[in-house]
Amino acid sequence: MDSLDAFRRETRAWLDANCPVEMRTPVTGDDDICWGGRRWVFTSEAQKVWLERMAARGWTVPGWPRDYGGGGLSHEEVTILKEEMRAIGARSPLESFGIWMLGPALLAFGSEAQKKEHLPRIARGEIRWCQGYSEPNAGSDLASLQTRADDAGDHFVVSGSKIWTSYADKADMIFCLVRTDFAAPKHLGISFILFDMTAPGVSTKPILLISGKSPFCETFFDGVKVPKANLVGTLNRGWDIAKYLLTHEREMIGSGGGGLLGGRSPGQVAAAEIGTDGQGRLADPFLRADVARAEVDALAFAATMTRYKDEAAAVGQGVGDKSSVLKYYGTELNKRRYELLMRAAGHEGLEWEGARSDGGARPRGWLRTKANSIEGGTSEVMLDIVAKRLLQLPSA
Amino acid sequence: MLVLNDDQVMLQDAARGFVTDKAPVAALRRIRDEAIAEGFDRDLWSAMAAMGWTGILVPEDQGGLGFGFVGAGILCEEMGRTLTASPFLSTAMMAATALSRAGSPAQKERWLPAIVAGEAVIATAVDEGRRHDPAGTAMRAERHGNGFRLTGTKTYVVDGQVADAVLVAARTAGSAGEHGGISLFLVDARARGLTAERLATLDSRGAAELTFDGVAVTADDVVGAVDDGHGLLEVVLGAGRAGLAAELAGNAQESFTRTMAYLKERKQFGRTIGAFQALQHRAAHLFCEVEIARSAVLAALQTLDADPQAASLAVSVAKAKASSVARLAAQEAVQMHGGIGMTDAIDIGLFMKRMQVASTLYGDADFHADRVALARGF
Repeated sequence: MDSLDAFRRETRAWLDANCPVEMRTPVTGDDDICWGGRRWVFTSEAQKVWLERMAARGWTVPGWPRDYGGGGLSHEEVTILKEEMRAIGARSPLESFGIWMLGPALLAFGSEAQKKEHLPRIARGEIRWCQGYSEPNAGSDLASLQTRADDAGDHFVVSGSKIWTSYADKADMIFCLVRTDFAAPKHLGISFILFDMTAPGVSTKPILLISGKSPFCETFFDGVKVPKANLVGTLNRGWDIAKYLLTHEREMIGSGGGGLLGGRSPGQVAAAEIGTDGQGRLADPFLRADVARAEVDALAFAATMTRYKDEAAAVGQGVGDKSSVLKYYGTELNKRRYELLMRAAGHEGLEWEGARSDGGARPRGWLRTKANSIEGGTSEVMLDIVAKRLLQLPSA
Repeated sequence: MLVLNDDQVMLQDAARGFVTDKAPVAALRRIRDEAIAEGFDRDLWSAMAAMGWTGILVPEDQGGLGFGFVGAGILCEEMGRTLTASPFLSTAMMAATALSRAGSPAQKERWLPAIVAGEAVIATAVDEGRRHDPAGTAMRAERHGNGFRLTGTKTYVVDGQVADAVLVAARTAGSAGEHGGISLFLVDARARGLTAERLATLDSRGAAELTFDGVAVTADDVVGAVDDGHGLLEVVLGAGRAGLAAELAGNAQESFTRTMAYLKERKQFGRTIGAFQALQHRAAHLFCEVEIARSAVLAALQTLDADPQAASLAVSVAKAKASSVARLAAQEAVQMHGGIGMTDAIDIGLFMKRMQVASTLYGDADFHADRVALARGF
C-alpha cells in the first residue's frame, strides 16, 4: 500500500511537471487525437513533446513490459496513472490500433523477434497500424473470410479485399486475417499476418459515411508479397488470435464514449445548454427524466467495467466472453447518449456545416455512434454470445 | 478493488448455505399461509443472531462483528435469493448504524447488546405519505418541559408492527421540505400515545402505520443532535437503501436463474424454448442488466464502508438500478414462464411481490434517479 501511495505521489509530481498545459484540455474530435505513424504531422509542439516524454517513460503503453517499450507497471499502478491523468485532464499521448489491438496480440502470440521489432515502434508512435478483418461477404460471419494467402516458398502472395478497415489510407502497416487453407473447416484455415501498406499491390479507397466522414476504407490486395517471417503464431490457427483480439476490441469499444464532449454526460451537457431551475434541476422535465436514467445506467456501467477488470486481474486472466456484455451495453449506452444530446441540442443540432456548430459536430457525432452497435460484432451477435456461452442456452 | 475479498467470499458461502437450509422460499410461504402477524420467524432470527449477523455492523468493541457494509450487503443479497423474512434491514442495518454512530452511551448500552443478541427489533419511521420524502417530514416534536411531545403519523414503517423501539424522524424546527429542523428520537414502542396498526403488505411481511398522539419523550431519547438530524437520517437511510439494493440484486439473480432453468427445460413446437432467438436475446439483455446492477450495488457498499457521509450518489445509483433491473427480471420471469408464471404454485410471483415492496421502500427508481441527477449537476 505504501509503495502504491509513493507511486501516486511521484506520478502526480511528474505529470504536473511534464504534461504541457495544452495537453490538459479535452480533445475536440478524432482529428485532434495523436495517432502517430510515419506520415504523422503533429497538430502542435505540445502534442509532440507530450508523446516524446510519455514514450520515454514507457507510459504510452504503461502495462507493457519495459523490454518492449512499455512502462512495466502493475494493474494497480496503471489504474493510478490513469486516475492521476484524469485528475489534471491530461490527454492520452497516443492512440492507435497498435496499442489497442496488435500489441496485446503480439504479446500473447508473437515471436520474440516480432515483439522486438514491432512493439517499441508502436509504443513510440512511429508506426500506425490498421486492422484487416471484415470483408464484403464476411461481416458478422467473419470466419467465412476469403482473402487468400498462397504459399510461394519464402513468402505468401495475398489477394482479395477487406472492408471497414479503419484509417487504412493513413496506416503504415496492416495486421490481417487471410485464408491459407481452403479445404479445412472455415475456422481452421485462417492465418494472421503482418505487412506493409506501401507494398506493391495494396490500394485503399475511403468509404463516405452518413456522418460525412470517411474513417473506414475498402482495402484491396492484388498479389501482395508477404515474407513468411510475418506470420504471427501458427499457420492456419489465426482464428485463435482473431478471437482473442475481438474480445479485446469489444472491451475497448464498450468502454468508449468519452472523447468529443470531454467526458461530460448528456445531462450535464443539457444543463449547460438549456439551464436549470431554482433547485438545480434541468429546466426540461421530460428530457431530465431520460438523462437521469441514462446517468444511472452510465455510472452503473462504469462500475461494471471496473469490476470486470478487477475480477480478471485477481485471477490473472482476461475478461473473456464477458467482453460481449461490455460491448453490447456500452455501445447501446453511447447511442442513447447521443440521442439525448440531439434532444438537448434541438434546433442547434441541425446545422451540418459552419462555425456556429463546429462543422456540425453534434449531428455528425450522433450519426457516427450508429455504427457502434455494428462494428466489432453487432449487438445481435453479442447477445448470441451471451446467450450461448455465458447462459448456455441451446442452439436452435 | 471492486471484488469481494477472501473473508467476504467465505461469508457469502456461509450465508448461502444458511438461507438455503434454514430459510428457503417455503419458509416465507409458511409465514403467509399461517398468517404470522410479526412477519418473520423468531427462531430464525435467533439463529441469525447465533451466526453473528445481527451484529455485523456493530463495532467489535460494542460486541459486534464490525464486518462492514459489504458484509451486510452480502447477507441482504443472499436473503433476497430466498425471500428470507427477518428484521435484518430495520434492526441490524439501520438501527445498528444509527446507534453505533450517533447513540449516547446510555442508548448504546441499552440497545446494542439487545440487537446483537437478537432480542430487540428497532424500526425506523420516516415516511408520512405515498412517496418517500425524508425532507418532507412534517411530524411535530413540540418542546414540553425538558422534553418533547411527538404528534403525527408515520406510514408503511418496516417492522413497525413488531418493534420494541422506534427511531422516528420529527420536526423540532422548520417546516416540511427543509433539511434543517429534523431530529431523531428513539421511542419505546410501549410509550403512551403510540399506537401501531398492522398493514398486510403484498410481500406477506407486513408493515405498520404508527400514530403518535402527544407521545412524551425526554432529551435523553434524542439520537444525534436536535434540529440537525437530517445528516444522520441520510446515513441511516443510506444503510437501508443499500441493503434493499443488495436484496433486489439477489431477488433479480434468483428469478433470472429460475427462468434460465425453465428455458432449458420447457419444450414447445418440438424444441426447448430456450433455443428460440427471440427469448435468447431477451435473456441475454436481462443478464447484462443484472450484471450492471450487481456492480452498482458492490460499488455502493464499498463506498459506504469508506465514508457513509459521502456515499449518497453511489447508493442512489445502486438503489435506482437494482430497483429497475429487479422489476425487469420479475416481468421477464413471469412472461417467459407463461401461464404457470401466473400461478401461486410456483415461486416467481413471490419474487415479483417482494420486488415491488423493496423497490418502493426508501425511494424508488425515480426518486433515486432524481437524486443522481441533482448530484451530477442537473
